[in-house]
Amino acid sequence: MSSKPGMATLGRAAVLSIAAAFVILPLVATFLGGFKTIGELRSSPFGLPPHWDMSYYGEILHNPQFWSYLQSSLFVSLSAVLLTLLCASMAAYVFAHIRFFGSKMLLSYLLLGMMFPFATAILPLFIKIRDLGLLDNYLGVILPQTAFSMAFAIVLFKSFFEQLPHELFEAAYVEGCSYTRFFFQFTLPLSTPILATVGTFVFVQSWNNYLLPLVVINSREMFTWPLGMMQFRGEFIVEWNKILAFVSLTIFPAIVFFLAAQKYIVAGLTRGSVKG
Amino acid sequence: MYRDGKLTTILLFLPPALLLFTLFVVTPILNAAHLSLYRWSGFGEVTDYVGLKNYSTLFAHSIFHQSMWNSVKIILASILLQIPLALGLALLIYRKTPTNTLFRLVFLAPYILAEIASGLIWSFMFDGDYGVSAQVASALSMPSFYILADKQFAFLAIITVIVWKYFGFHMMIFIAALQSVPGELLEAASLDCRKSWQIVAFVKLPLISHAIKLSVFFSIIGSLQVFDIIIPLTNGGPSNSTHSIVSYLYTFGLTRLNVGYGSAVGVALFLFCVFTALTYKRLVIREGKSA
Repeated sequence: MSSKPGMATLGRAAVLSIAAAFVILPLVATFLGGFKTIGELRSSPFGLPPHWDMSYYGEILHNPQFWSYLQSSLFVSLSAVLLTLLCASMAAYVFAHIRFFGSKMLLSYLLLGMMFPFATAILPLFIKIRDLGLLDNYLGVILPQTAFSMAFAIVLFKSFFEQLPHELFEAAYVEGCSYTRFFFQFTLPLSTPILATVGTFVFVQSWNNYLLPLVVINSREMFTWPLGMMQFRGEFIVEWNKILAFVSLTIFPAIVFFLAAQKYIVAGLTRGSVKG
Repeated sequence: MYRDGKLTTILLFLPPALLLFTLFVVTPILNAAHLSLYRWSGFGEVTDYVGLKNYSTLFAHSIFHQSMWNSVKIILASILLQIPLALGLALLIYRKTPTNTLFRLVFLAPYILAEIASGLIWSFMFDGDYGVSAQVASALSMPSFYILADKQFAFLAIITVIVWKYFGFHMMIFIAALQSVPGELLEAASLDCRKSWQIVAFVKLPLISHAIKLSVFFSIIGSLQVFDIIIPLTNGGPSNSTHSIVSYLYTFGLTRLNVGYGSAVGVALFLFCVFTALTYKRLVIREGKSA
């Protein structure tokens, strides 16, 4: 009898370790691969490198193009975040606090956006972006990304705003504070947790997005990092060590960001699922 | 007239969201429905009306059948492999302890990595000259085996990457649900049931059934959107056997600027999504709520 809990603990540890290895091994191999020569990579793809060759990482870090990819992505993602936070929170505020004719209809109209993947209309979207003259323009990426994040952002904001204490608004109303001023002066400052959660999700989505920049951005000096990475891969198709170094350097900021923002990522996943 | 400025607020706050959404989400979809009835290369006037010809070509195209079937395979793999894995791990680590938190972070990490980077990492892992498969082959002193170029196994490799990337997401949904189960309930259950599997089967799982249904829903919608992962892994090959619906759309509609045809694929995907979402909601989620 006494060995039973021991066995269970052991089994649990084994299952968790195997699952963790499944997740981590490819990442570690990628990171280490950037230090190996092609020959070393071939003979031992998972072991430690015999000598740590920094040149592949160094080459990429000294490549101004690499930094320009990251800069483009950062600009696009931050713009999409700011624009989504502003537009979605304003709309959600109206839906949460002001009753007016047609508000339910308008809300369900916006929530349609949660239903389908944005790839469905990528061709007409491409034509629209082209006709608006936004091809090879960051706005051609930022605006559609914002539009596609709108629905889920509005849902999260609306339910948060509805939970804010109502007495606050009544007090402000007596003082003669308008809805618009109340939003900027009270609602937004009180909503930092939800702003951070929505912002984190929009940022990750935009930062990782491949299809839209692929369609919109043509010139290489404007590439976002996923486009740059695929371009790099195309150029060094057999030199895995260089590619792995490149991939590692893009994963690294993602992991750091993940550790810093995990609270909001978990909050977003939980909020989205518990509310359902 | 409105001292509190309700009307001003509405007129100021709603239009940006509505405008962006209408311009970049709704009209493209309506345009897709319209353009799918034409043959158009994207330049000049749209005049070449072909009726439903794009659709009949599409539904007769064997590669499209394959890509539909591939999407179904991803859905099945999510439900039969990914969700049970996520659920099992969630049950193991849902309690709030430092080690559990660490495991949770590790399992969730692939979820935030870019699909395109994940695909590249795994295309190295599956490379017949380097990664895992090379190691396994040489250990068995077999000739190198290129999984991603193999018609039989390439899609299995893609499914592996999808599970790797998304099981943490589903696990988090289950953990959130398990943590919201009241503790007294579990204590009471542990008095009645001797074995822990009984508590899992008869108490915990029924209590989080809503989360499971939701997770299946996300799986289905997600499976229909797979694209970025496939590009670095197989790019739809070998001989177009590993396309998803979206990569099919990309390859046969977008890269050839077959606007009409690509729109027809988009409309088909759209209808497929809406149909699945509505049916699933009606059959599974609603029913669960009323019960």
